[in-house]
This record gives sequence, structure tokens and C-alpha cells, in this order.
Amino acid sequence: MTIQSKKRAIKILVPVLSVIIALLIGAIVILAIGKNPIVAYKEMFIGAFGSKMSWASNITKMTSLLLTGLAVAFGFRAGVFNIGAEGQMAVGGMAAAVVGINMGQTPMIIAVPVTILCSIMAGAVWASIAGILKAKTGAHEVITTIMLNWIAYHIGNYLVVGPLAVGDGVPKSPEIAKSAQLPPLLTVQASTLPSGIIIAVAAAIIIYIILEKTTAGYELKAVGFNPYAAEYGGISISKNIILTMAISGGLAGLAGAMEVMCVHLRIFGSFTSGRGFDGITIALIGQNSPIGSIFSAFLISSLRTGSTNMQFAGIPDDLVGLIQGIIIFLVAAERIIKTLIIKLFRVKGGENA
Amino acid sequence: MSSTAEINYENYAVVMKDIVKQFPKVLANDRVNLSAKKGEIHAIIGENGAGKSTLMNQLYGLYRQTSGDIYINGQKKDFSGPGDAIKVGIGMVHQHFMLVNNLTVAENIVLGCEPLKDIRFDIKKARKQVKELSEKYGLIVDVDAVIEDLPVGTQQRVEIIKTLYRGAEILILDEPTAVLTPQETQELFVIMKKLKNDGKTILFISHKLNEVMTISDNITVMRQGKVTGRVAKDMTDERQLANMMVGREVVLSIEKPEKTPGETVVKVSGLWVKDNRKLDAVEGLSFEIKKGEVLGIAGVAGNGQTELVEALTGLRKIEKGQYNYKGHDFSRKDVAELRGAKITHIPEDRHKYAMIKEYPNYYNLILGRHLEMPFSRRGFLRKKDIVENADSMIERFDVRPTDSNNPSGNLSGGNQQKLVLAREIGANPDFIVIDQPTRGLDVGAIEYVHKEIINLRQKDVAILLVSMELEEVLTLSDRIIVMYEGRAMGEFKPSELSIEEIGLMMAGKTLEQITQPQNPGGDKK
Ligand SMILES: Nc1ncnc2c1ncn2[C@@H]1O[C@H](COP(=O)(O)OP(=O)(O)O)[C@@H](O)[C@H]1O
Ligand SMILES: [Mg+2]
Repeated sequence: MTIQSKKRAIKILVPVLSVIIALLIGAIVILAIGKNPIVAYKEMFIGAFGSKMSWASNITKMTSLLLTGLAVAFGFRAGVFNIGAEGQMAVGGMAAAVVGINMGQTPMIIAVPVTILCSIMAGAVWASIAGILKAKTGAHEVITTIMLNWIAYHIGNYLVVGPLAVGDGVPKSPEIAKSAQLPPLLTVQASTLPSGIIIAVAAAIIIYIILEKTTAGYELKAVGFNPYAAEYGGISISKNIILTMAISGGLAGLAGAMEVMCVHLRIFGSFTSGRGFDGITIALIGQNSPIGSIFSAFLISSLRTGSTNMQFAGIPDDLVGLIQGIIIFLVAAERIIKTLIIKLFRVKGGENA
Repeated sequence: MSSTAEINYENYAVVMKDIVKQFPKVLANDRVNLSAKKGEIHAIIGENGAGKSTLMNQLYGLYRQTSGDIYINGQKKDFSGPGDAIKVGIGMVHQHFMLVNNLTVAENIVLGCEPLKDIRFDIKKARKQVKELSEKYGLIVDVDAVIEDLPVGTQQRVEIIKTLYRGAEILILDEPTAVLTPQETQELFVIMKKLKNDGKTILFISHKLNEVMTISDNITVMRQGKVTGRVAKDMTDERQLANMMVGREVVLSIEKPEKTPGETVVKVSGLWVKDNRKLDAVEGLSFEIKKGEVLGIAGVAGNGQTELVEALTGLRKIEKGQYNYKGHDFSRKDVAELRGAKITHIPEDRHKYAMIKEYPNYYNLILGRHLEMPFSRRGFLRKKDIVENADSMIERFDVRPTDSNNPSGNLSGGNQQKLVLAREIGANPDFIVIDQPTRGLDVGAIEYVHKEIINLRQKDVAILLVSMELEEVLTLSDRIIVMYEGRAMGEFKPSELSIEEIGLMMAGKTLEQITQPQNPGGDKK
């Protein structure tokens, strides 16, 4: 095995082993509260994959998780820590709502792409504010994106009680025009299998291509790995930081669009429900790889979808939070798993000899 | 251990005997002997990489010597860490300060041995003790200031007070003046004298001859890991020191064919550049480089060479002056534009600047050319051409291992240098800026690099060669400029001056000052 393929194998093994260990620890906790872990996990499995309805709800969750995960992962690759996906997603959703509501009789073939593009733009512009601040003044993106998150949150709240307010009860916007709604792939009772997943997976593939096949990706990663060498190679650090932020924000904005165009069809206060922050989890478990993010988004959406069913077996859904936390811990502290892998390999080598 | 030896050691605060330090790839100290009397200022001088810091780090317990003994005040010591060294009264101020930026001066000084009141940190007592120390030695500093707000010179004082606070009787100052302005240096010397008068022993590391001649009592000279001389200050002069420091013998003699330079490619006049601290680093430098000509820049490190190189390669702003390339003004161009105009650059610190260690060799071999055909087209990388280029470069420049898919960080230092050379030479430059091309390389690799530079010269490339290795500059250059504190001390051909004379220029004497005595007719001034 070459060093290359060994490294790649470890990169995949770390999250996989982390998940297994986290599930085992979860099982111990279930035992400790006097339940049967096998039953619990079986319920969880059924909850996540057992019916068309569970698939629908699973994939719905996965769509926005994947997109915010991509947003964060992409930023990381260029050395930018975008924890503002939440705000960018909100801004993207707002743009989708504002544009979508006004689409009226526009044919779908125009309405859908226009709405999507507007929300991508909105997220990109929102994130670029942090990118420009970092590039021009050195203001750290973690601070500025958190601030922008709050601003986006309050703008969203204002929209649904002010200019966009409609109806009684929970402050909310009107539904977007029919032509701006993304038709579901499949409808199962109340749930739908959103077509957004196709867009999200396509986004993952496009991001993969940008990172691995284009000069833009070459430059972005160079800046992320070693800004000094990048500068020496004639690569503009500030241009790439702003570009990275814009693309990252665009992805988060797209997540907001998918929530609005496939799921809620409108916005209401904090409709993003923390998906932007979940993006950090997804990126981390997916090892900042776009393809890896597909798997990690699916993992987290499955855990969450399954947790509802698990509650019927009397197990609190906090367990999912626990498992997710352990996975993140193990992936972040990858040394632990790497040491474990090396030990495992040695044991194997010993047996072979 | 013979008894006579022990008697001798009694008079000495520090004796280091036959110290050998072998790093995985470098023999940094080769049977080094050093002895410093109590209460003296003992200078250790040598070029970059001579092994000075390594020697001192062993005295301070940071490294353990491969072999050899250390005696402090006549007693043999075996340090297992700086803690042990501090206990016997050794303090060290490192080349790079080790202060906590957002704590105050007083907090920094007492960090690690805080006075306690009950179990709480007694800040009042700390402030008082620090104030006393600072007044005693004239180490003027505001104890309540936060470190990051202080200028470098003051931060250094804090480091010195910190060692005194911990009871240091033997102070190691590793290139303290490297970061100081001339005025700050003078202030430091005043402090050092006070410390000396108070009976402290000071080991003062430097590579600036004039400083050493000003402040020290005795001098140990190091070169390539060995001691090449130990002299009393009063018994020597800068000429002799320069000689011991740079060495007489030319290790490598390389065939340099006769060549008449062509038309002027680069013309720099009145160039001013600032360093990171916004101080003038290059002060009005002027020169020309012709086709097929090597202009060497000699000088002790830190005299503006780095800033000059960065300015010419677009990495640093040119404050004033002209930078003319092939008849056009290039003083405002960025890196990409300069590279596009066939100006390439082999930087001093290849790990930091010249490659991305996570990238495979084939990617590193296109850094700076990644937007050119055939490596990319319409924004897409062309992997096949990139890998083909890498394979041929790796073969031509003999990079090992030859796998173009290998991350460059896995290569040895010499092979990394070859990789960088391959890329920068392979780009067929018309002007190449080469900074310290052989730093850290073994003899074989050095010879190889020198041959490549001569080859470039034969191919009519204009070459600027910056090196701290005087021999290297002398061997390869057609003309030489010695830089001192940002200015040119003079320009000459390698055969025109002796090494001693060049050494004096490196210490701040101008060409006129040196040639005057031998030329009494010219004493008009
Ligand atoms: N920690 C280390 N590991 C490997 N090599 C080292 C280390 N520290 C220094 N060296 C090498 O030892 C030599 C002497 O370095 P140093 O003592 O820093 O020189 P000086 O202080 O005289 O400039 C150099 O070749 C340097 O690259
Ligand atoms: Mg040193």
C-alpha cells in the first residue's frame, strides 16, 4: 500500500470507526438506563429507513444538512472557518421567500431557477461581508460571521412580523408562488421526498470538481494549506478568501432556498432551526470533503429521523445528541482513532507473520 | 576527569567541553569548547547555521548534548531541562521571545514562579520586585503595560528582567541585537555593562563584528559547527574575526566559463523598502544586472537582503525608487505579473514560501505557473500535462524519490530544494532572484545547485544571488555588492578584494574606507 492510499484509507476509517465506537458507547448508555440496545437501535433503524415516509423525512433533513455541510467544508479547505452558515442560510431563505412570493404567473422554468439564483446570491453577498472584512482588515471570520448571524436572525424576524407578515398565530410570510415551488419527487401521505436532494447532491459534485479539477480549487487549497507559499506563487490571498466566503455563503443560501422551496414554502421566525450550525458537524465528520459530506449528512439525518421512533421504545432522543457528540469528539481528536487503527494494523501484521 | 582540569574550571562560570550535538541530519556542534570567566561578557560569533543557538540551547538544558560535558562554576552538571539550568543560575533570552502577549510585563516576568499570598497570586509583590530589578539595572519598563503594546526592544528588556527575577547569574543572549534598531542596541549595551559590573556573566551571541568589538571581553568564533578561534577582544580586530568567521579556504571551486554579459535586463535605482516593523530596511540601493550575469549580494544576515529580495519579487512594497525590467517600470507589479514576465524566485525559506507540503510534487511543480498553458485551460487543471511536466522535471533535476504523486513535505531538505529549483529554473526565466540557495544542503547538493546557477548564466539569464556564504558569492558572481544596514558598502569584482576586506565591508566599512590606506594618493577627503 502506498502512503497515498494509506492516508486515504485512514481518512475514511476515522469517521467510520468513530461512528461505530459512538454507537457502542450509546449502547452502553442504553443498557445503563435499563433498556435493550438492540431493540433501541432496531427501532431507530426502522424509524430512519423502515417506510417510504421515513425515507421522505430522512432525505428532507439530509438536503439542507448536506448543503450547509458543504458550505462549512468548502470554507475549511481554504482555511476559512465559516460558522455563519446559519445566517447565510436564513438570508438565502428570505431571498427565496421574497422572490418566490412575487413570482405570480411566471412559468416554473423561469421562476425556479431565478428564485434559486437569488438565494444563492443573497447567501454569497452576506458571507462576502465577512470575507471582505477578513481580507481587508484582518477581522476574524468567526467573530464577524457570528455577528452577521444575529443580524440575519433579526431581519428574518422583522420580515415575518412586518413587511411580509400574513395571517394570525405564528408570525410567518405568505406561501411562495406555485411556480417557485420545487415539485417533490414523491409524495407519501403528508411527507414528500423533496427534489432538493438532487440539487444538493449535484452541488456536492460541483464543489468536488471545483476543489479537485480547477485552478480555482488549486488556489483555494493552496491558500488554506500555506498562505505564504500561495502568495509566493502569485495567488492573491484576499481574492481567494472573499471568493471562498462567497461560494460557502452561496451554498448556505441554497440550503435556505431548499427549505423554503421544498419544505416550508414560506419563512417564519428561525426557520433555519440550527441547520447552519449542523453544517459544522457535517463538515467535520465528512472530513471536509464534499463527497464525505454526502455520507455524513445522510448519517446525521438518519440518526435524527430514527430518534423519533426510538422514543416509542422509551429511549429519550437525547441519545442521538450524545452519539453525535461522541462522533464529533472522536473525529476531531482523530489521534485517538489513528492510534487505534495503527494498533489494529499491527495486530493484523502479527497474525500474518 | 582529571584533577588539573577541575582546578582550571573553578575560575570559569561556564565551561563546555568537547560538546557534540548530532541532529538527525546535521552535525550542529562538533567537539565545541567554550569557557567564560565569571563576570565577563563573552561573545560567540559565527554565520547563520554555525551552531551557536544549538550550543546555547544545550547550556540552557533545552537540548541534551550527544556527548561532552558542561561545568558551571567548576561543577559538572547534567541538565535534564531548562528547570535544572535555571536552578544553577542560568538564564536565556531566546532569538524569538517567549512572552505571553496579552499579559502585563509584571505578570509575564513572574509567570512560572508567582509570589503567592495565601494561595492567590500576589500581584502587588510581583510588581514591587519587578520594579526593583528594573531600576537597579536601568532596565526601564512600565510594569503594568501589556506586552503586545510594547516595542521589540522593550520586550527584550522584559525577557532580561525575567531571567534576573529567576536569579540568573549567567545570562545567555541569543542574537539580541538582531531585532533592535541601532539606538536600542546602544541602550542594550549600557544595560549589559551594568550587569557585568554587578558580577553577572554574559554570553552574547551575534554575527555582527562591530558589536562584538564594542562590548565583549573574549570571543569564541564558530563556523560550521566547530570552534575556529578563541581570542581576547584586545588581541584581535575585525579583520581577523571576519577571517575566522567566514574561513579562508574555498571549499568548492567550480568551472565558471568566461562570458561577456549582454544588454541590461534589470536596473534598480534608489530603492527603498521597509521591513515588517515599518523601519527602513533597504535604503537607496542601486544596481544593474545584464543578460548572463550574476550579481552577488554579500553581507551578514539581516542587513536588508530579505527585504530586497521580496521587493524585487513582488512580495513587498517598494516605497521609493525605480525597478526597471527590460525597459519597463516594474516597481508596482504584483507577484503574478512579475512571474508572467519571466521573473522567478528561489526563496530562502523553501518550507515556508516555496512549496505546499501537503500538495503532491506535480502540483508544487506548477505553483506560480498553474494558470499557464498547458497546465490549465479555461480554469480547468490538465492533470495529464501536469504529471508529464512533473515526471520530466523530476528526472532532469534528479529529485528522489521520483514519485510525482508524493506529497512534497515528505521529501528531504535537499530534494525539496531541487524541486523548487526545478520549478523556478524550468520556467525558463529571464531574471531569477536566488536567495540562500544552498542553506542547509550537504556538499554534494551544494555543488549541484552551483552548477545549475552557472548553467543559467550560460543561458543568458540575469541572476541576483543573495547569500550569507561569502565563498558562494565569490565563486558564482560576476560582480558583488556588500550590503550593510540596507545600503551598499561598495561594488566590486570577486578578484578585486581579499576576503578580509570584504569582511570589513560586511561590518560596515565602505569600499573607499578600505582601499584608502593602500592608496595614499587618494586621501583628498
Ligand atoms: N532542532 C533541530 N533539528 C535539526 N537540525 C537543527 C535543529 N536546530 C538547529 N539545527 C541545525 O543545526 C545547525 C546549526 O543551527 P543553529 O544552532 O541554529 O545555528 P546558529 O544559531 O549559529 O545560526 C543548522 O544547520 C540547523 O539547520
Ligand atoms: Mg541562532
